Amino acid sequence: METLNYRYEHGTRTLPVRPELVGVVSSGNLEVLIEAVDLGGACSVEIKTAARGFGAIWQAVIGDFQQRWQLADIRISINDMGATPAVVSLRLDQAVESMLEEK
Amino acid sequence: MDWQQLVAQLFPQGHSITETAQFLSGSAQVDGNTVTVVGTTGHTPIGIEIALAQAQAILATVRQHPGRPIVILVDTQGQRLRHRDEMLGINSYMAHLGKCIELARRQGHKIIGLVYDQALSGGFITSGLMADACYALPQATIRVMGLPAMARITKVPEERLTELAKDNPVFAPGPENYRRMGGIAEIWSGDLAVQLQQALAAVSNQDQRAALGQQRGGRNWSQRVVTAIVDGVDVQPA
Amino acid sequence: MSLSYLEANARERIAHLLDVGSFEEFLPPAKRIVSPHLGQLDAPVSFDDGVVVGRGTLQGLTVFAAAQEGGFMGGAVGEVHGAKLVGLLKRAVQDGAEAVLLLLETGGVRLHEANAGLIAVSEVMRAVLDTRAQGVAVIVLVGGSNGCFGGMGIVARCANVVIMSEEGRLAMSGPEVIETANGVEEFDSRDRALVWRTSGGKHRYLLGDCQQIVADDVAAFRAAALAAVQTCKSASTALTLAGLEAEQAMLTQRIARFGTLSEPQDIWVALGLSATQAQQVPMLEADAFVALAANYRVKG
Repeated sequence: METLNYRYEHGTRTLPVRPELVGVVSSGNLEVLIEAVDLGGACSVEIKTAARGFGAIWQAVIGDFQQRWQLADIRISINDMGATPAVVSLRLDQAVESMLEEK
Repeated sequence: MDWQQLVAQLFPQGHSITETAQFLSGSAQVDGNTVTVVGTTGHTPIGIEIALAQAQAILATVRQHPGRPIVILVDTQGQRLRHRDEMLGINSYMAHLGKCIELARRQGHKIIGLVYDQALSGGFITSGLMADACYALPQATIRVMGLPAMARITKVPEERLTELAKDNPVFAPGPENYRRMGGIAEIWSGDLAVQLQQALAAVSNQDQRAALGQQRGGRNWSQRVVTAIVDGVDVQPA
Repeated sequence: MSLSYLEANARERIAHLLDVGSFEEFLPPAKRIVSPHLGQLDAPVSFDDGVVVGRGTLQGLTVFAAAQEGGFMGGAVGEVHGAKLVGLLKRAVQDGAEAVLLLLETGGVRLHEANAGLIAVSEVMRAVLDTRAQGVAVIVLVGGSNGCFGGMGIVARCANVVIMSEEGRLAMSGPEVIETANGVEEFDSRDRALVWRTSGGKHRYLLGDCQQIVADDVAAFRAAALAAVQTCKSASTALTLAGLEAEQAMLTQRIARFGTLSEPQDIWVALGLSATQAQQVPMLEADAFVALAANYRVKG
């Protein structure tokens, strides 16, 4: 397993308080836990992945994601079992959308 | 240890246990009282017939001998691996045996299990592990599955599993690990008859294995998670 | 709009089975109560250790529910996963629930946690029977692609009611394990039709090992669960000597009637279906199958 951490300062969009989980830790898939946390406006992402050596790709995917959403005071935690960048992107967007949904 | 030697040591006051196709049944004397004895020998696989035979003996005890303690002797290579047993619903036969033991418990029968040779997974989970408490002899082998099969199913290399099986409590087969995890109450050596008497005296009908595993340091999470959910709080530190 | 139970994940199943918005999860993923054992095998963990447990309502009735996530480790039971089930079963008694619904999709003991997994399944078994003894019905739902196998296949038959879809399977050892142990002649694990005739919902329903069979639709499972909860209110949930003696007789009969047969379809014919009807069984929709089975099935 490999652990990767990313942090983006000066986000602008905050999300509702209730934590959400999307995805499943099955082969080629991942779970994304998203929570509102006071990080002084930052967005932090921690990834535990079964596929080692893909740091640069994760960086690109997460970077694009944060470009899209500009999240602030959000912690994202991921357990990954070899998902493709496309699936990772999808789950991240689903995670944000699940927080924006009316419940 | 062969079953005749075992029961001679367990029941010096006498017994009438017989074997039919590796199924043991009968009664025995412990401290002046009669107990029902049921079990298996010859590392037999547990198929639908032998599960049913054990259940029958338990039900007969509940029906005919209120309050009589029950001793379950375990020696098995696990569940029988045949299409026929699956087709006929071996899981139902196993569940039935487990439910009969549970009924006996509810009706006030004390139930002690003893692994005296081998105990694998499915052959054990509805007999020994359904007793009020399960004990083991020091030379017993208790395991979930053989390593080659485990390697195939988990995709963890066999060499890695073999390494872990040497001294890792989660993987190492054997009574000492199960004892530490709370699955086995104690390991018996010395005077087996005395140990059995003590076990019968110490019986509780509550499942204490998670608490025991916590006390003994072999399982640090089970009891804490159960307590957290029951009490509606966060999991407390160990 | 129908939602396939088979294709839904554990969280989706619970959310749609219970009354909308009623589910409150115990030890949710944000608590991060993960497996303490998977790390040493360099295997990924899941924030809920593969099982969602909590409380909700079913047509207003308070029920406790658990759903195993078949996608994670095949839904297999490890230390934390098993303890969540035990905690749920105990809390249901304490809070006076109407029933506990167990949405099982699992290979049984999580081999990656070996000894801890075996003891965990055993504790779940005792907890199910203890919950029943204290007046709370336990209802099992089986309809996921992994089926309900291993020690959990035994636990399922410790419940008051088993509800299955045709897609569901309920057994002990999987076909691959049997084929590996005793050869392809014993059980060809790639013969999917045989696998489902042997352990699938329709066969179990005919044999009397499952009390309700439904279409692959969460709404159908919901209706069946509600019916089961209502049925269980009208009788004691605990084990009885009479009940177990009847089960002993039923299981003895089963061997006497079918013990020499090797093909499940022959069992269905022995139950009274015609050869043609028996061949049609796998093709029938749930309602049509239930109607056909009514005259022939063993009432379990």
